[in-house]
Amino acid sequence: MTTTSTNRGGGSGAPLLSIRDLEVTFRTEAGSAVAVRGASFDVHAGQTVAVVGESGSGKSTTAAAVIGLLAGNGSVTGGSILFDGEDLTTLGPDAMHRLRGSRIGMVPQDPMSNLNPVRRVGHQIDETLVDNAVVTGRDVRPRTVELLEEAGLPDAARRAQQYPHEFSGGMRQRALIAMGLAARPQLLIADEPTSALDVTVQRVILDGLTDLTDRLGVAVLLITHDLGLAAERADRIVVMYRGEVVEQGPARQLLTDPQHEYTRRLIAAAPSLASRRAELARTGAQVAVAGVDDLLVVPAAHDGQAPEERPIVEVDHVSKVFRLRGKGLLGRATDFTAVDDVSFVVPRGRTVAVVGESGSGKSTVAKMMLGLLPPTSGTIRFDGVDVTGKDRAAEVAFRRRVQPIFQDPYASLDPLFTIYRTIEEPLRAHGIGDGASRRARVRELMDQVALPAELLRRYPAELSGGQRQRVAIARALALEPELVVCDEAVSALDVIVQSQILRLLVELQERLGLSYLFISHDLAVVRQVADHVCVMQSGRLVEEGTVEDVFERPRTEYTRTLLDAIPGRDLELGRTA
Amino acid sequence: MTRLVLRRLALLVPTLFGLSILLFLWVRALPGGPATALLGERATPEAVERINELYGFDRPLPEQYVTWLGQLLQGNFGVSTRTNRPVLEEFLARFPATIELALVALLVAVGVGIPLGYLAARYQGRTVDHAAVVMSLLGVTVPVFFLAFLLKWLFAVQLGWFPSSGRQDPAMVATHPTGFYVLDGLLTREWDASWDAFLHLLLPAVALGSIPLAIIARITRASVIDVQHADYVRTARAKGLAGGHLRSRVILHNAMLPVSTTIGLQVGLLLSGAVLTETVFAYPGIGKFLSDAIFALDYAVLQGFILLIAVVYALVNLAVDVSYGLIDPRMRAR
Repeated sequence: MTTTSTNRGGGSGAPLLSIRDLEVTFRTEAGSAVAVRGASFDVHAGQTVAVVGESGSGKSTTAAAVIGLLAGNGSVTGGSILFDGEDLTTLGPDAMHRLRGSRIGMVPQDPMSNLNPVRRVGHQIDETLVDNAVVTGRDVRPRTVELLEEAGLPDAARRAQQYPHEFSGGMRQRALIAMGLAARPQLLIADEPTSALDVTVQRVILDGLTDLTDRLGVAVLLITHDLGLAAERADRIVVMYRGEVVEQGPARQLLTDPQHEYTRRLIAAAPSLASRRAELARTGAQVAVAGVDDLLVVPAAHDGQAPEERPIVEVDHVSKVFRLRGKGLLGRATDFTAVDDVSFVVPRGRTVAVVGESGSGKSTVAKMMLGLLPPTSGTIRFDGVDVTGKDRAAEVAFRRRVQPIFQDPYASLDPLFTIYRTIEEPLRAHGIGDGASRRARVRELMDQVALPAELLRRYPAELSGGQRQRVAIARALALEPELVVCDEAVSALDVIVQSQILRLLVELQERLGLSYLFISHDLAVVRQVADHVCVMQSGRLVEEGTVEDVFERPRTEYTRTLLDAIPGRDLELGRTA
Repeated sequence: MTRLVLRRLALLVPTLFGLSILLFLWVRALPGGPATALLGERATPEAVERINELYGFDRPLPEQYVTWLGQLLQGNFGVSTRTNRPVLEEFLARFPATIELALVALLVAVGVGIPLGYLAARYQGRTVDHAAVVMSLLGVTVPVFFLAFLLKWLFAVQLGWFPSSGRQDPAMVATHPTGFYVLDGLLTREWDASWDAFLHLLLPAVALGSIPLAIIARITRASVIDVQHADYVRTARAKGLAGGHLRSRVILHNAMLPVSTTIGLQVGLLLSGAVLTETVFAYPGIGKFLSDAIFALDYAVLQGFILLIAVVYALVNLAVDVSYGLIDPRMRAR
């Protein structure tokens, strides 16, 4: 691995890719918007350079400009992109087309949407080889199989015959890596190559990609929002903010000694960089909560041994079995156990996190907790009363006391409702108060989630992701619930926004005495908010304990694997500074 | 795939059963009973009684139904009161004509609609696009019978390029083994007869196909525009695909998914729309026969035709579903 010095052009001669004063402009009906301005950085042959920033920072736009795939209304309006001595901004469409695939490859972000759904996977790699004139005729398929094997896909010859929908996310990403490297490009653009995958899969895929690009000597331009991942994988890091490069340098140096204010904020907010719950707003106010909690068996309180107070939720040997339709004409239906004999409790005023990878059953637990799915066996008791088998009135009462916050703030708000109406809706639905008192309550809620009252007349589309999630929280709090079920509530947000929302959730918990069931795949986030952690794997609860226990002294192999997979976990950054 | 076909065929049974009950009750629920309806102005009490006895209308409903269903299953759809010939015979004599017309109309709609929609999407916002949008709007808004008249007046009457009515030049002697005249000509090597039948078909087919054509063009345009922005198209570009490969393998193939559904839905429209077109062009298909039957209250014919058309419609939609599976591998697993 090359570790070039900070001075540009130093190290191994002329850079492979040299971006100078790049400016990219998008024309919209509202006028033109400059997405990237004055960006300059180099990538040397064989080097990995990570471009880090939040959404809208211009990192993906920069990558798209390099490979000549800017969206239709975008164009390079200034600067130069020198690739191997040639200015790509002056190339015509045909020359650019010849360069793509053969000399500059790309691994896209979302493996689910980036393979052609109607053609076999092998075929899609075949055509890459043929159209880039790498091999022809009978040699094509064997080469495809070789490439898939190289990318770590087991049983590649048979897999090549399958369609994308028969592949898991990880397998698809391997296919996309095979595709991106098929014609042996000199530069590979990896645009958030693993952010859509589970942490453990993410690690394996990244390891594979790193090995392969190292061996082939391919330079990598890694686009990521994850500072931990960048620190772990890149030689150099370029930090972008609002279309500009604010700081760049060797990875470790940049993280340990950040110069720019934004980089410092980014490092502080990055959950993967070994932050603790203690660093959140809790620190000050924890005492207050602890005062109440003194009666509880404080730190390692397994199953509500609290003598005085009953846990708000008791999940008792709960299983959920789904029936799958059989294959073939007379195929027998088979049972799929999504949740298998799970028991845990949520103490009042505390946060219990359920973590696991996709398919672990964590979302099914959330649905059962919300009363949206009945358990096949076992009971879930909310405040001592069984959640299932309620009559209509009891159900309405239950719904008031338990509220959800969902993952995607773009999809979970009605686009035709104003913010006011969105927050007022639950009050109206439950017939609480009159117009005037509801208006007052909505304003109070906006205050609680730190949103200005001016936003009340706006629509969700006019708000940022973080603002929308605040609205979703305000809506959830409208009915003064006792339990809030957060299903991946911060997973779709940028790190800085994410940490703001987490802080807000913790503050609200202290002020309102809320209990949270926090469903997440992201252990780094869980560490910041949870008191107790339940680790789920294939429907079963494999480990349970306080956050310290689970993170510092994991008892099962699976938990250790999950923890090891957090990118940047080993880095201790900025602590000395 | 076989499973899908078998399942759909099995589903056809309860569908037709339900439809048969509805049709049976419909005739029995006619004012004054079926006999009065049959006799019309000649409905004297004695005549009604005679008919009731003759057709078994005086027996209990379940019994009547079982008898009627038994006859249906043996291919006995009753006798037309207007022509005094068996319904099935009348049907088989006319149905090929309508099928032939609908098929050619479908070919026109698909063959013009898809390329038109595709070009409009590819050159979005340019002249081709605007022209296609205007055309498809016109196609949907102009009533079929009006377009039919217009086409007939211009191309048959004024210009004389096409025959104005019928299926075949009356002066032409041709054998018809299948009842599909264009096909017949090809099979018997009577090329001139086949060509003549095709010319007769063209104007009615264009008129009949105009609405489906417009709809298919619009859906194709929207679908192609949508697919052009899909992630996998961008990835295909990134890996070096361009030109014809990108367009045919990636864009068009994926864009066809919603289009094939639309085509399936249009087939029903073609069968029902055929009535108007056939009337304008004096085309001897079931459309004309059916409208005559409606005016003459020929219930045996109506019952039989509705059932038979339902079967055809179900089979056509099955074929469309199968084609959907061919286009989209994800459908095959279902």
